Amino acid sequence: MRDSVATLVTIRLVYLARLRDAFGSAGEPLALPTHEPPTVAHVIDALRARGGAFAAELAPGRAVRFAVNHRLAALGQAIENGDEVAILPPVTGG
Amino acid sequence: MAVRVQTGDFDVGAEIAQLRAGDTGVGAVAAFVGTVRDVNDASQVSGLTLEHYAGMTEAALEAIVDEARRRFDIRDALVVHRVGPLAPGDQIVLVVVTSAHRGTAFDACEFVMDYLKTRAPFWKKERRPDGERWVDARASDDEAAQRW
Repeated sequence: MRDSVATLVTIRLVYLARLRDAFGSAGEPLALPTHEPPTVAHVIDALRARGGAFAAELAPGRAVRFAVNHRLAALGQAIENGDEVAILPPVTGG
Repeated sequence: MAVRVQTGDFDVGAEIAQLRAGDTGVGAVAAFVGTVRDVNDASQVSGLTLEHYAGMTEAALEAIVDEARRRFDIRDALVVHRVGPLAPGDQIVLVVVTSAHRGTAFDACEFVMDYLKTRAPFWKKERRPDGERWVDARASDDEAAQRW
Protein backbone atom coordinates (compact mmCIF):
# COMPACT_ATOMS: atom_id res chain seq x y z
CA MET A 1 0.00 0.00 0.00
CA ARG A 2 1.41 3.29 -1.10
CA ASP A 3 -0.73 5.39 1.17
CA SER A 4 -3.06 4.16 3.89
CA VAL A 5 -3.65 7.60 5.40
CA ALA A 6 -6.86 9.34 4.48
CA THR A 7 -6.38 12.51 2.45
CA LEU A 8 -8.81 15.37 2.27
CA VAL A 9 -10.33 16.54 -1.00
CA THR A 10 -12.22 19.82 -0.77
CA ILE A 11 -14.65 20.78 -3.53
CA ARG A 12 -17.15 23.56 -4.15
CA LEU A 13 -20.73 22.40 -4.50
CA VAL A 14 -23.22 24.41 -6.58
CA TYR A 15 -26.98 23.84 -6.26
CA LEU A 16 -29.13 25.20 -9.07
CA ALA A 17 -32.75 26.22 -9.59
CA ARG A 18 -35.23 23.90 -7.83
CA LEU A 19 -32.44 22.16 -5.92
CA ARG A 20 -31.16 25.47 -4.55
CA ASP A 21 -34.65 26.09 -3.15
CA ALA A 22 -34.96 22.54 -1.81
CA PHE A 23 -31.56 22.65 -0.08
CA GLY A 24 -31.94 26.26 1.07
CA SER A 25 -28.47 27.04 -0.27
CA ALA A 26 -26.78 28.06 -3.52
CA GLY A 27 -23.77 25.95 -2.67
CA GLU A 28 -21.13 25.14 -0.09
CA PRO A 29 -17.63 23.78 0.30
CA LEU A 30 -17.43 20.05 1.04
CA ALA A 31 -14.45 18.15 2.41
CA LEU A 32 -14.25 14.45 1.61
CA PRO A 33 -11.90 12.27 3.63
CA THR A 34 -10.85 9.56 1.25
CA HIS A 35 -8.41 6.71 0.77
CA GLU A 36 -8.75 6.73 -2.98
CA PRO A 37 -9.52 9.28 -5.70
CA PRO A 38 -13.14 10.26 -5.05
CA THR A 39 -15.81 10.38 -7.73
CA VAL A 40 -19.05 12.30 -8.20
CA ALA A 41 -20.78 9.26 -6.67
CA HIS A 42 -18.85 9.72 -3.39
CA VAL A 43 -20.06 13.31 -3.23
CA ILE A 44 -23.66 12.28 -3.77
CA ASP A 45 -23.36 9.53 -1.14
CA ALA A 46 -22.03 12.05 1.37
CA LEU A 47 -24.95 14.40 0.67
CA ARG A 48 -27.57 11.63 0.81
CA ALA A 49 -26.23 10.60 4.23
CA ARG A 50 -27.43 13.95 5.60
CA GLY A 51 -31.04 12.81 5.13
CA GLY A 52 -33.88 15.31 4.70
CA ALA A 53 -34.11 17.18 1.43
CA PHE A 54 -30.69 15.91 0.33
CA ALA A 55 -31.72 12.27 0.66
CA ALA A 56 -35.07 12.94 -1.01
CA GLU A 57 -33.83 14.99 -3.95
CA LEU A 58 -30.76 12.82 -4.60
CA ALA A 59 -32.46 9.46 -4.11
CA PRO A 60 -31.54 6.83 -6.72
CA GLY A 61 -33.64 7.26 -9.84
CA ARG A 62 -34.19 10.99 -9.41
CA ALA A 63 -33.50 12.86 -12.62
CA VAL A 64 -30.54 15.00 -11.64
CA ARG A 65 -27.37 15.59 -13.63
CA PHE A 66 -23.92 16.61 -12.56
CA ALA A 67 -21.29 18.96 -13.91
CA VAL A 68 -17.64 19.02 -12.88
CA ASN A 69 -15.91 22.30 -13.68
CA HIS A 70 -18.82 23.29 -15.96
CA ARG A 71 -18.89 20.06 -17.99
CA LEU A 72 -21.60 17.43 -17.71
CA ALA A 73 -20.18 14.47 -15.82
CA ALA A 74 -21.15 10.89 -15.06
CA LEU A 75 -21.33 9.49 -11.51
CA GLY A 76 -18.05 7.67 -12.06
CA GLN A 77 -16.05 10.76 -12.93
CA ALA A 78 -13.10 11.40 -10.62
CA ILE A 79 -12.91 14.72 -8.82
CA GLU A 80 -9.91 16.61 -7.57
CA ASN A 81 -9.17 19.16 -4.93
CA GLY A 82 -10.70 22.53 -5.83
CA ASP A 83 -13.18 21.19 -8.40
CA GLU A 84 -16.58 22.82 -8.79
CA VAL A 85 -19.27 20.14 -8.69
CA ALA A 86 -22.76 21.29 -9.67
CA ILE A 87 -26.00 19.40 -9.21
CA LEU A 88 -28.52 20.22 -11.93
CA PRO A 89 -32.23 19.47 -12.01
CA PRO A 90 -33.63 18.58 -15.45
CA VAL A 91 -33.18 21.64 -17.68
CA THR A 92 -36.18 23.60 -18.99
CA GLY A 93 -34.78 26.34 -21.20
CA GLY A 94 -35.66 27.25 -24.75
CA MET B 1 -20.51 30.83 -35.03
CA ALA B 2 -21.71 32.63 -31.95
CA VAL B 3 -23.67 31.98 -28.79
CA ARG B 4 -24.89 34.67 -26.41
CA VAL B 5 -26.68 34.71 -23.08
CA GLN B 6 -28.24 38.07 -22.25
CA THR B 7 -30.98 39.75 -20.23
CA GLY B 8 -32.00 42.14 -23.01
CA ASP B 9 -34.22 41.48 -26.01
CA PHE B 10 -32.89 40.65 -29.48
CA ASP B 11 -33.80 41.88 -32.99
CA VAL B 12 -34.40 38.82 -35.17
CA GLY B 13 -33.99 40.68 -38.46
CA ALA B 14 -30.74 42.33 -37.40
CA GLU B 15 -29.34 39.05 -36.06
CA ILE B 16 -30.14 37.21 -39.31
CA ALA B 17 -28.70 40.00 -41.44
CA GLN B 18 -25.49 40.00 -39.44
CA LEU B 19 -25.12 36.22 -39.52
CA ARG B 20 -25.34 35.95 -43.31
CA ALA B 21 -23.59 39.24 -44.13
CA GLY B 22 -20.79 38.74 -46.67
CA ASP B 23 -21.54 35.05 -47.31
CA THR B 24 -23.18 34.76 -50.73
CA GLY B 25 -22.77 30.98 -50.56
CA VAL B 26 -25.82 30.99 -48.28
CA GLY B 27 -28.97 29.87 -50.04
CA ALA B 28 -31.11 29.13 -47.00
CA VAL B 29 -31.66 30.68 -43.58
CA ALA B 30 -33.74 28.87 -40.96
CA ALA B 31 -34.64 30.63 -37.72
CA PHE B 32 -36.54 29.58 -34.61
CA VAL B 33 -37.84 32.00 -31.97
CA GLY B 34 -39.19 30.70 -28.66
CA THR B 35 -41.57 33.01 -26.79
CA VAL B 36 -43.26 33.14 -23.38
CA ARG B 37 -46.80 31.74 -23.30
CA ASP B 38 -49.43 33.03 -20.88
CA VAL B 39 -50.67 29.55 -20.07
CA ASN B 40 -48.99 26.24 -19.16
CA ASP B 41 -50.54 22.97 -17.95
CA ALA B 42 -53.97 24.68 -17.94
CA SER B 43 -52.78 27.40 -15.52
CA GLN B 44 -52.47 31.11 -16.18
CA VAL B 45 -48.86 32.28 -16.31
CA SER B 46 -48.18 35.98 -15.65
CA GLY B 47 -44.49 35.66 -16.47
CA LEU B 48 -41.39 33.65 -15.85
CA THR B 49 -37.81 33.96 -14.70
CA LEU B 50 -35.03 32.25 -16.63
CA GLU B 51 -32.12 31.07 -14.52
CA HIS B 52 -28.88 29.63 -15.89
CA TYR B 53 -25.60 28.21 -14.65
CA ALA B 54 -23.21 31.07 -15.37
CA GLY B 55 -19.87 29.71 -16.49
CA MET B 56 -21.31 26.55 -18.00
CA THR B 57 -24.06 27.93 -20.21
CA GLU B 58 -21.99 29.41 -23.02
CA ALA B 59 -19.76 26.32 -23.20
CA ALA B 60 -22.81 24.05 -23.34
CA LEU B 61 -24.35 26.09 -26.17
CA GLU B 62 -21.05 26.11 -28.07
CA ALA B 63 -20.81 22.33 -27.72
CA ILE B 64 -24.31 22.00 -29.21
CA VAL B 65 -23.44 24.24 -32.17
CA ASP B 66 -20.18 22.32 -32.68
CA GLU B 67 -22.17 19.09 -32.78
CA ALA B 68 -24.55 20.61 -35.35
CA ARG B 69 -21.55 21.54 -37.50
CA ARG B 70 -20.28 17.96 -37.35
CA ARG B 71 -23.64 16.50 -38.35
CA PHE B 72 -24.87 19.02 -40.93
CA ASP B 73 -23.27 20.90 -43.80
CA ILE B 74 -24.07 24.36 -42.47
CA ARG B 75 -22.42 27.70 -43.22
CA ASP B 76 -22.94 29.33 -39.82
CA ALA B 77 -25.12 29.27 -36.72
CA LEU B 78 -26.22 31.61 -33.96
CA VAL B 79 -27.87 30.98 -30.58
CA VAL B 80 -29.13 33.82 -28.39
CA HIS B 81 -30.85 32.92 -25.09
CA ARG B 82 -32.29 35.39 -22.61
CA VAL B 83 -32.16 35.10 -18.83
CA GLY B 84 -33.91 36.98 -16.03
CA PRO B 85 -37.56 38.04 -15.69
CA LEU B 86 -39.73 37.78 -18.82
CA ALA B 87 -43.38 38.57 -19.57
CA PRO B 88 -45.91 36.72 -21.77
CA GLY B 89 -45.14 37.45 -25.41
CA ASP B 90 -41.46 38.14 -24.76
CA GLN B 91 -38.84 36.44 -26.88
CA ILE B 92 -36.79 33.81 -24.99
CA VAL B 93 -34.49 32.15 -27.49
CA LEU B 94 -33.29 32.58 -31.06
CA VAL B 95 -31.58 29.95 -33.20
CA VAL B 96 -30.46 30.84 -36.72
CA VAL B 97 -28.72 28.48 -39.14
CA THR B 98 -27.42 29.33 -42.60
CA SER B 99 -26.63 26.75 -45.27
CA ALA B 100 -26.61 26.26 -49.01
CA HIS B 101 -29.97 24.45 -49.08
CA ARG B 102 -33.14 24.55 -47.00
CA GLY B 103 -33.26 20.94 -45.86
CA THR B 104 -29.97 21.25 -44.04
CA ALA B 105 -30.94 24.58 -42.51
CA PHE B 106 -34.29 23.26 -41.22
CA ASP B 107 -32.74 20.08 -39.82
CA ALA B 108 -29.80 21.79 -38.13
CA CYS B 109 -32.03 24.46 -36.59
CA GLU B 110 -34.35 21.82 -35.14
CA PHE B 111 -31.39 19.75 -33.93
CA VAL B 112 -29.92 22.74 -32.07
CA MET B 113 -33.25 23.48 -30.38
CA ASP B 114 -33.84 19.83 -29.43
CA TYR B 115 -30.39 19.58 -27.87
CA LEU B 116 -30.71 22.98 -26.18
CA LYS B 117 -33.97 21.87 -24.53
CA THR B 118 -32.27 18.87 -22.93
CA ARG B 119 -28.59 19.86 -22.46
CA ALA B 120 -28.22 23.59 -21.89
CA PRO B 121 -28.36 24.61 -18.21
CA PHE B 122 -31.42 26.89 -18.20
CA TRP B 123 -34.39 26.64 -15.84
CA LYS B 124 -37.77 28.37 -16.01
CA LYS B 125 -39.69 29.50 -12.93
CA GLU B 126 -43.29 30.48 -13.68
CA ARG B 127 -45.35 33.09 -11.91
CA ARG B 128 -48.89 31.72 -11.46
CA PRO B 129 -51.96 32.92 -9.56
CA ASP B 130 -51.07 30.50 -6.71
CA GLY B 131 -47.40 31.46 -6.54
CA GLU B 132 -44.09 30.69 -8.22
CA ARG B 133 -43.26 27.24 -9.53
CA TRP B 134 -40.25 25.66 -11.23
CA VAL B 135 -41.27 24.25 -14.60
CA ASP B 136 -41.02 20.46 -14.89
CA ALA B 137 -38.98 18.97 -17.71
CA ARG B 138 -41.04 17.23 -20.39
CA ALA B 139 -40.46 13.65 -21.48
CA SER B 140 -41.36 14.75 -25.03
CA ASP B 141 -38.25 16.96 -25.04
CA ASP B 142 -36.04 13.95 -24.27
CA GLU B 143 -37.75 11.99 -27.03
CA ALA B 144 -37.24 14.84 -29.49
CA ALA B 145 -33.51 14.97 -28.72
CA GLN B 146 -33.11 11.20 -28.97
CA ARG B 147 -34.27 10.95 -32.57
CA TRP B 148 -31.14 12.68 -33.90
